[in-house]
Amino acid sequence: MIEILATGPVNAIQDAGRFGYRAQGVSTSGAMDPVSMRAGNLLAGNPETAATLEIQSFPLRLRFTASRRFAVTGAVAPMTLGGRPLPANWTAVAEAGEELVIDRPSRGARCYLALAGGLDVPDVLGSRSTHLRNDFGGFEGREIRPGDVLGAGTPFAIRAGEAGVVSPMAHGATAFGTEVLTVRAVAGADLDMFDAGRRRAFWDTEWRITPQSNRSGYRLRGEALTLPAPVSLYSYGVVPGIVQVPPSGEPIIQMADANTAGGYPRIGGVIEADLWKLGQAAIGSRLRFERVDFRTAAEAMSEVDTYLAAVRRAVGLLAG
Amino acid sequence: MSSALGSMATATVSRAGLRFSLIGSTALLIETAGLAKISLQQRILALSEAAATWPEVSETVPGVGNLMLVLADPRALCPDHLVDRVAALWPGLKPLPLTGRVIEVPVIYGGALATDLDAVCAHTGLGPEALARLHSAPDYTVATVASAPGFGYLMGMDPRIAVPRKSVPSLDMPKGAVTIGGPQSGISVSRGPNGWNAIGHTNLTMFDPGAEPPAMFRPGDVVRFSIQEILA
Repeated sequence: MIEILATGPVNAIQDAGRFGYRAQGVSTSGAMDPVSMRAGNLLAGNPETAATLEIQSFPLRLRFTASRRFAVTGAVAPMTLGGRPLPANWTAVAEAGEELVIDRPSRGARCYLALAGGLDVPDVLGSRSTHLRNDFGGFEGREIRPGDVLGAGTPFAIRAGEAGVVSPMAHGATAFGTEVLTVRAVAGADLDMFDAGRRRAFWDTEWRITPQSNRSGYRLRGEALTLPAPVSLYSYGVVPGIVQVPPSGEPIIQMADANTAGGYPRIGGVIEADLWKLGQAAIGSRLRFERVDFRTAAEAMSEVDTYLAAVRRAVGLLAG
Repeated sequence: MSSALGSMATATVSRAGLRFSLIGSTALLIETAGLAKISLQQRILALSEAAATWPEVSETVPGVGNLMLVLADPRALCPDHLVDRVAALWPGLKPLPLTGRVIEVPVIYGGALATDLDAVCAHTGLGPEALARLHSAPDYTVATVASAPGFGYLMGMDPRIAVPRKSVPSLDMPKGAVTIGGPQSGISVSRGPNGWNAIGHTNLTMFDPGAEPPAMFRPGDVVRFSIQEILA
């Protein structure tokens, strides 16, 4: 269905993630920006959680071996189909032989390519996501390479025409900001281990996402949140969004490929409704943490719902 | 009146000898105090088994002396109600019996893959053979399977061979490395960075994504290391 002609590293198949196996030590994996991943599937006429290609290194160049509807969502990246420029966050039908090129984004960090019918790779432990560290799921358990041919399932709906949606980064319901990204966080178990100055620094600092950041976690630079003496904790359960402070004092936000357990002091936890924003935060960009209570954190998921409802309405306008 | 968990005023609440905290809007952590012991771990596993049936919980992840509950529907949940539920159950909770399974793990101690054997011998003042005998003597209990796919945290190691984790992790430890991390032992499940000390290796496969369950170890299993070979 599509043949990969050129790709950077760590582009791999991801869906909504692998749930139910954390007690086997299996991290969830899944799209770093699940909101754009779902929007891409909706545009392609798929169930929201179908398998997509997560693209985080550019350019990506591929050829369609058969005609098929596709959608590319997420980061705002220059894109051409058969040499013709397409807008970002767009769905169109490619003809057999046409090349799709997605270049380095001007805004955001990750694009999602959805094909009508969903990328056809085996379901492993309830998900088609690639578990990159343990070599299972996705396409042969690994990132894609030039020469790979990826198939797609039978389309769920046949539609004509092209359409686009606004990126969640530009949607009113889901404030993304331009200069410094604000992510909301709930206080973590060990916040009070830190002295008043370092607690304040955690919430006040404009943190920079360092190059030592990937799908497993983002290492931040700003203030050194050191403790008077290193603290070693019994291994405890970890979920994406937890903010830990290793002895160096540089906080780490654990992300989709994080281990399911860890032992560093926990200073906070980014709320689920803001995790996708981190998925679109590029290395070198800045962020700050805004403290919220649990109720605010839980209710914030309605912002994501509002955005996806708008995408569903836009898709409904596509000619049937 | 004490502050509610998840309010702006507090990061933790303590009830029934347990400490509760949140990870964002995603999970509730329940921690016991003091040293992790097998009997306490079996109560953690009992709590995990009970909580796995609750509608407000989507997944339970036992740690070492602690338990994480992943929240099924945060919008419908009041964290304090979940705290109440755990606090009511915990004091009377009996240890979960061990599984009764005994898993033999043949180990090749020493050799090129045992990159930290010399350091562990230096730290403990033992020779390779004495180290191998002390390491393979006791029955270990799988406290939990966590961190990496199929990785079992093994309790019950002889304290004489406890060695702190390395300050600089090995960047490329092979799969199957038999390791010591503080008072615990473990077997690496995939190639990659690892802060534990490798003293040998096994050819057993600890995780098979095609199997159900995929992990060979289950919490409450007994693990017996045996000396297959000691390489100089």
